[in-house]
Amino acid sequence: MGKRLRFTRFMQGAAIAAVGALALAGCSGQGGAQSAGGEFTGEYDGPEVTLQYWNGFTGGDGPFMEQMVDQFMAEHDNIKIESTTQEWSDFYQKLPAAVTAGKGPDVGVMHLDQLATMAARNVIVPVDDLAKELDLSADDFSKEVWDAGVYNDARYGIPLDVHSLAMYYNTEHFAAAGITEPPTDEASFQEALDKLKAAGYETPFWMPALWPAHLMELSLIWQAGGEPYSEDGSEATFDSEEGVDGLTWMRSMVDEGYSPADVAADAQYVAFKNGETSITWDGIWQINDLKESGIPFAAAPVPAIGGDPAVWANSHNFFLPRQAKPDDNKANAAKVFIAWMSENSGEWAGAGMIPARESVRSSVIGGTVQEPIAEQIDNMRFLPAVPGLGPVQAETLEVAVADGVLGKASPEEALQREADRATKLMQENLEKFGG
Amino acid sequence: MSTQTRVGAFATEAPTAASDGAAARRAGVSPTRQKPFTPWLFLLPYLLLFTVFVIVPSVFGIWISLHEWDYTLPNKPFVGGENYVELFDPNSVNSGSFWTSMRATAIFTVFSVPLLLVLPLFVALLMNKSFPGRNFFRAVYFAPYVLGVAVVGLMWRYLLDNNIGLVNYYLGLFGLPDDTAWTTSVPAAWVALVGVTVWWTLGFNSVIYLAALQDIPAELYEAASVDGANSWQKFRNVTLPGLRPILTFVTINTLIASANMFGQSYIITQGAPGRETRTAIYQIAETGLRNFQMGDAAAMSYVLTFFLMVISVIVFWLFREKKEKPMPQEPSAAREGALR
Repeated sequence: MGKRLRFTRFMQGAAIAAVGALALAGCSGQGGAQSAGGEFTGEYDGPEVTLQYWNGFTGGDGPFMEQMVDQFMAEHDNIKIESTTQEWSDFYQKLPAAVTAGKGPDVGVMHLDQLATMAARNVIVPVDDLAKELDLSADDFSKEVWDAGVYNDARYGIPLDVHSLAMYYNTEHFAAAGITEPPTDEASFQEALDKLKAAGYETPFWMPALWPAHLMELSLIWQAGGEPYSEDGSEATFDSEEGVDGLTWMRSMVDEGYSPADVAADAQYVAFKNGETSITWDGIWQINDLKESGIPFAAAPVPAIGGDPAVWANSHNFFLPRQAKPDDNKANAAKVFIAWMSENSGEWAGAGMIPARESVRSSVIGGTVQEPIAEQIDNMRFLPAVPGLGPVQAETLEVAVADGVLGKASPEEALQREADRATKLMQENLEKFGG
Repeated sequence: MSTQTRVGAFATEAPTAASDGAAARRAGVSPTRQKPFTPWLFLLPYLLLFTVFVIVPSVFGIWISLHEWDYTLPNKPFVGGENYVELFDPNSVNSGSFWTSMRATAIFTVFSVPLLLVLPLFVALLMNKSFPGRNFFRAVYFAPYVLGVAVVGLMWRYLLDNNIGLVNYYLGLFGLPDDTAWTTSVPAAWVALVGVTVWWTLGFNSVIYLAALQDIPAELYEAASVDGANSWQKFRNVTLPGLRPILTFVTINTLIASANMFGQSYIITQGAPGRETRTAIYQIAETGLRNFQMGDAAAMSYVLTFFLMVISVIVFWLFREKKEKPMPQEPSAAREGALR
């Protein structure tokens, strides 16, 4: 279950909000807005170097990353990669500590929603020149994921993939209930639930109170045209009408008996794997885990309950950490590594992910489980690039959603209470980061 | 268990009475002329560790708590007592969740400590009898203690799951209510957390009690029998007084361990429902290590420490020795246990 735990806490495990204003430029002589390693030429022909490469691929995605790293080393005999893999939640706590102590890695992967925070803390350096050199531009990526890697007018991440929530459904149950098409909106979803119930599946859609409940709520807010946070990071707006409607709908699944009450951590997922429930919304990174479990399942985009299709998504991005002692050879080798990984990200689709580059994606995605979700890539929504937002969300929205789903408080009450708290924390963050 | 060192400190303060407690030597006359720094030399290794890993961090922690501290940022403004004042200001963003977590810790401590003091004593008394298979049962009771909190937590999280867990399934087989939400509703979650903790750590206190029981001289029981004491009177007048010094240690140790509970609620309930089962340590870790508000987190830890110190003093006072009584021998296992 390591795989499960990893994601159970990958966002809540997000580290980081900061204290004290930070002028990016002029910090201890480097970092700031300058890039590492001088002019990048796209080739590395210097002496042999060993790169420390940090990532959090502890689950079913790990072997695919190892394979890619091995292949890279086979093609570059003067670059050795030493991978360090740890749980994401640990990763986000250790990375700032290591970089601050001058013992950071040479290259790494982190989630998109962490980039702004890490940039504001001077943990990572811009990679604009790399993007330019690779000839990467918004054309080859969906606009949302490409724009989200920019903080304070500098680019900090090179997207490797996008991964979103998906609707998994048990194909056997669907066949037994006579459902031919996966539901796409509220009406068809409701109909599917009723058919499943009629076919004897008592609780077809277990509603989690913890992970990934808040990601469902975020998706519902975006579907209804709302925004959970203001773009400038000054306030939380998830207690808006859209937010209340979303949480009310989630709770109604329990009230109307489609879900048992008090679903505990991960229970909805385990229940899906056991065939006890017919539908569950979860991340596409679970695809391999579900394949291994042998359950007859398929994936479809999350239905547009709120009106328009939209879904929460995140992305793994390559980054370059700030170095205490910059080493041009290592910096250039690291860039070569990132460039190669980006070019060869098709391999990564095997991990259930969707390659971020369209040129790569179009050639590998056909026939994969995640294909129907990849088609919806333009409907994927990311959290705004606001430093420190991750932990604020874990502290507030997650609690509100849990309270709402468990029926401990009305959706309005829970969301309003936590949005007030979130706004306070966000204001503090703005002050700290010199917003 | 970061508390071990502190407990160790207490344990070394407990007087190691000479067997002839009455015969006090006159000061300044020692049988072998020892250099004044000899005892310090013996103490040196431990003192070094104690200074580096306990004293220095503690003092540094006070320093941190007076700042808006984030180690990744160059600027750490000094704010004086503001972090402390904020904890007592109901409108500040951290105070509500902090006091909720303190309440959670209090609830957990109040319910778990008595159980962890009494149940292991029963177990130890049983295990002190001789019966076939005794060693097997000793091992069985102690076994869960060797598991890590992650193992225990994950295992029980699945066992206690209200929809797919075995606990409710078996309760249902016996015709008992089988829909208790052990991990997502209070008070059931507290019953679960206390229950799991007792199951997990009962063995440790049992072993210490057992060692203490075996240190009580058999002559005392024989003398009591000759005087016609029944087993309750023996327990009351021989066993309990013999356990007194160890009781102080076990009580303080259990109190501090319970007050520092973190792993169980982090893994089994994840603080749910809402923040109800988030303990103080949980909240401090979230604040300091997740949100990087290390100044606030340090202030919280000192408030918690203050409460623990007050409680420890009260316990010492309750268990204090009456002056005229000779000091019974402290069982060696206590010291070993303390310095584990």
